[in-house]
Amino acid sequence: MGVKQRSKSLSASGNQLANTFFQLEILNKKELLPTSYVKFKDKIAQVGVPNIDVVPVEIFQLNIGKLCNQTCAHCHVDAGPDKKEEQMTKPDLERCLLIIKAVDSIHTVDITGGAPEMNVNFRWFVTEVRKLNKKIINRCNLTIIRSNPKYYDLPEFFAENKVHIVSSLPYFSASRTDKQRGDGVFEDSISALQMLNKVGYGIVDNLKLDLVYNPSGAFLPGSQCSLENEFKRQLLRRYDVKFHNLLCITNLPISRFLDYLIETDNYTDYMETLANAFNPATLDGLMCKNTISVSWDGNLYDCDFNQMLNLKVASNSQHISNFDVQQLNQRKVIINEHCYGCTAGAGSSCGGELV
Amino acid sequence: MEKKYFDPKDLAKFGEITKYQKDMGTKFFDWYGEVFSGDTALTEREKSLIALAVAHTVQCPYCIDAYTTACLEKGADEEQMMEAVHVAAAIKGGATLAFGIQMMNHAEKMNM
Ligand code: SF4
Ligand code: SF4
Repeated sequence: MGVKQRSKSLSASGNQLANTFFQLEILNKKELLPTSYVKFKDKIAQVGVPNIDVVPVEIFQLNIGKLCNQTCAHCHVDAGPDKKEEQMTKPDLERCLLIIKAVDSIHTVDITGGAPEMNVNFRWFVTEVRKLNKKIINRCNLTIIRSNPKYYDLPEFFAENKVHIVSSLPYFSASRTDKQRGDGVFEDSISALQMLNKVGYGIVDNLKLDLVYNPSGAFLPGSQCSLENEFKRQLLRRYDVKFHNLLCITNLPISRFLDYLIETDNYTDYMETLANAFNPATLDGLMCKNTISVSWDGNLYDCDFNQMLNLKVASNSQHISNFDVQQLNQRKVIINEHCYGCTAGAGSSCGGELV
Repeated sequence: MEKKYFDPKDLAKFGEITKYQKDMGTKFFDWYGEVFSGDTALTEREKSLIALAVAHTVQCPYCIDAYTTACLEKGADEEQMMEAVHVAAAIKGGATLAFGIQMMNHAEKMNM
């Protein structure tokens, strides 16, 4: 069964939120925020953290293109099948390889998209990174493996290159998964997981398969450990599927999820929920501290979310063409109201909970 | 000011019940916190589903909102949540009907 698109991208539907300035304007509109709301900058200052400083970059996260076979309702990338042009080119991927090679502190290359596998240079790039002996994470949406015969051998390709697979599965039942990601996504995702299990993913230690859970609505994720136990139990019982870890990620109020919050009149309450759940213990582990996020056109950001809001790093080095690791390691992270999404409760990052 | 019962904003003020009886209120919140915290003999999800069912039987709109959110956060789905409400309703309905025995006993005693 194929995947039916859940929605259109913001840009394809002519939505004002496709403009990142407009998103930032909404996030900073006082009238839309709860009365007791304290700005993120002031909130962290209150707990003695006036700025978020970085440590030497360890994770090089690359969004190699916004093209995707899905159009999930919550997608913060605003990815979809219409994003054919926004693809990282081979010369830019080559530039990235030079950076990854030159910067010793980078131990992990985290490849994301869209569906990164749809970039024509994906396999070449993965094999080149492998030669550099760095850890590779690929954020695979699962259904891509089932979408076309040319992708059926991806599990073997991933295994050969010891790629760590991180995949979204919002729930262990079709109804909630498909509501967020599109009709047919659950069935294809389970079938892709079974193919990954078949080559050893999720079973042997060096073929890591982690699943990502993000709430399918305007609420926070519960305890990662408890949800992981339930996902493991249910996926094994119902579909004989195994995986290593469940990473819980909070939905940040940007892009299509912001649109959903506004459309369903949940925005103000959600911002209040995030702000009330502020946990200062998460600040030390924020992913922006050790990550550089690169967009398909080579610009540099503190994280994937800042990338989607087009908030470039506060440094003279803002593009892979003038990557200056010394300068970047001195920078202060650009923060805004969406950052509350990373500090709520147990915290949230591309690696799941923070505390 | 319009006078109304059950203002959703009051839920956030629940903590203020310690105002006039600090010791008892604090003990209540410590105990309440412990009941719901972590996966113990019951998982957090199971406890939230029980709380949701009970919230329906005591017909507390605050608790229904709070434990609907909690159930979603803890990973329960709508089918499980509705089933929990049915469990509550079945017990409530069954308990009402069970009193029918008392009615029958008494009616049979009174009638010739
Ligand atoms: S699969 Fe990922 S990138 Fe593609 S639309 Fe869904 S959330 Fe966005
Ligand atoms: S969104 Fe999160 S990771 Fe990004 S800058 Fe804000 S706190 Fe850091």
